[in-house]
Amino acid sequence: MSTLILAEHEGGALRPATLNVVAAATQIGNDVTLLVAGSGSDAVAQAASSLAGVTKVLHADDAAYENELAENLADLVMTIANDYEHILFAATASGKNVMPRVAAMLDVPGISDITEVQSADTFVRPIYAGNAMATVKSSDARKVITVRTTSFEAGAETGGSASVETLAATAASEKVSFIGQELSQSDRPELTSARVVVSGGRGMQDGENFKMLDEIAEKLNAAVGASRAAVDAGFVPNEYQVGQTGKVVAPDLYIAVGISGAIQHLAGMKDSKVIAAINKDEEAPIFQVADYGLVADLFDALPELSKGLDG
Amino acid sequence: MKVLVAVKRVLDYNVKARVKADKSGIELANVKMSMNPFDEIAVEEALRIKEAGNAEEVIAVSIGPSQSQETIRTALAMGADRGILIETEEELQPLVIAKLLKHVVEKESPGLVIVGKQAIDDDSNQTGQMLSAMTGWAQATFASKVEFEGDALKVTREVDSGLESIKVAMPAVITTDLRLNEPRYAKLPNIMKAKKKPLETIPVADTGVTTTTGLSVVEVNEPEQRQAGVIVSDVSELVDKLKNEAKVI
Ligand SMILES: Cc1cc2nc3c(=O)[nH]c(=O)nc-3n(C[C@H](O)[C@H](O)[C@H](O)COP(=O)(O)OP(=O)(O)OC[C@H]3O[C@@H](n4cnc5c(N)ncnc54)[C@H](O)[C@@H]3O)c2cc1C
Ligand SMILES: Nc1ncnc2c1ncn2[C@@H]1O[C@H](COP(=O)(O)O)[C@@H](O)[C@H]1O
Repeated sequence: MSTLILAEHEGGALRPATLNVVAAATQIGNDVTLLVAGSGSDAVAQAASSLAGVTKVLHADDAAYENELAENLADLVMTIANDYEHILFAATASGKNVMPRVAAMLDVPGISDITEVQSADTFVRPIYAGNAMATVKSSDARKVITVRTTSFEAGAETGGSASVETLAATAASEKVSFIGQELSQSDRPELTSARVVVSGGRGMQDGENFKMLDEIAEKLNAAVGASRAAVDAGFVPNEYQVGQTGKVVAPDLYIAVGISGAIQHLAGMKDSKVIAAINKDEEAPIFQVADYGLVADLFDALPELSKGLDG
Repeated sequence: MKVLVAVKRVLDYNVKARVKADKSGIELANVKMSMNPFDEIAVEEALRIKEAGNAEEVIAVSIGPSQSQETIRTALAMGADRGILIETEEELQPLVIAKLLKHVVEKESPGLVIVGKQAIDDDSNQTGQMLSAMTGWAQATFASKVEFEGDALKVTREVDSGLESIKVAMPAVITTDLRLNEPRYAKLPNIMKAKKKPLETIPVADTGVTTTTGLSVVEVNEPEQRQAGVIVSDVSELVDKLKNEAKVI
């Protein structure tokens, strides 16, 4: 039996998340087919065919797949679903949107956000904001899964030489259409795959002050993240949110500034290799997970830190 | 038009989950339970739609043990018109929940179903998408804004790179994200009134939906704990440790 992965891509390139999903598929152990669905996506299909561990690329090119509408992607996956034992998606906004549709259409439970492959039918996934880890076993013929990307070391981008086959497109849904997007512009690395993340919380007080974090992020080639409180208050846009219900990150270094460390925030960053925290309250729970804690006013500490990084 | 909202009774978000000693699950005896926060947002949105004149009735549905009546009563106190409890002692998976919601959808024929994007206990983020696939209705997940445009909806969605907007035909399934609205608190007189609002209970067996699936929980374990580190005395010590001890910058 084989494993099918729905590849994610944008701007003509694979998203890094797909490499992590390939790594999870490799652990399951069967042949790996990558499904590339897009519009004008030949370059992506080519890139997919050279990923290490991928044996086949199925390429469906049609306007229906341009904007990752869940209805259209799920319908496409369903045309080939019965050839696969495992169907994997990244646990991204896009993957989470599509996976449950496919599971429902196959009448099997979805398995969300796996962090470990114990065997071809047994997986570990966090529940209760990562305060517990559930080991789940599927006896279904098809296992439909999203993969937590930070739990699987990205596979290599080269080394494979998969065949690329064309897959017939399905009809676009008439019930849903794409209107537009408001993507925030940033030259910073992508949050979920950055090696260093600098995050700000309610303690930052306003969006203007996030410039202090940008400055530090610039020096560390880091991504900038935030707590829910900072997003809700409008300091930064929604895609900055790290946590149980935002993005999960696990960089080499996570610096939490003016963040108290609520369970929901910890759920999104406690697998970081090294955690540093700056908070003026020595009782803040963030210090219980921080390798290096600095009890200080961030408005004093950040300018100093920025200067310290120059030296 | 009727709007159906799904409300789940979950461990309160302020309570830290504890794994049972026998690893069978989470300790839920004698702990505070509340409405899933995303479902409060769902109820609030349904009420605003009704208040704007776009719906006549808001129906709150919960699936769970008899105590889930309290969760439904909370929705009624916020302003929902009536409640439906599908009663079961079993912990059900999103696939089964979606089938049970579909059962209610067939009975009530709402124009819109609003559910949370994620239950904060199982963290599945599946039910709304599954219900959409099962009903064949359009899906608008992770909504941060919902606008009526004739018999369609414009929904702004929170995605990984920012916001996007889609247009969906009705009937549709919406799942709520955190920024959709700020849920109201139930006022005391409304809590009293809610006690008199209709609440129908349907035993799960009467729905004809099979509640078991091929997915089972083998065991539930504590996550690995992080050891607390050191408190540094100043910024220069922090920089030094990050550079020379942790070697991450
Ligand atoms: C359903 C649900 C989902 C949620 N999902 C998420 C999620 O995904 N991610 C998330 O982050 N949260 C999430 N939350 C919210 C979470 O519970 C907390 O409310 C939130 O994380 C708090 O953010 P904060 O730490 O920035 O704010 P606060 O808790 O208010 O902490 C601010 C901190 O800044 C410190 N501070 C203030 N001023 C200064 C200063 N000048 N110098 C230094 N330190 C200072 C304070 O001491 C304090 O510790 C969720 C909540 C719910 C109910
Ligand atoms: N037992 C339940 N009763 C009512 N609604 C539920 C139940 N389980 C899930 N839901 C709804 O589905 C949403 C997503 O849940 P989940 O897919 O489990 O993360 C929740 O926010 C609820 O709106």
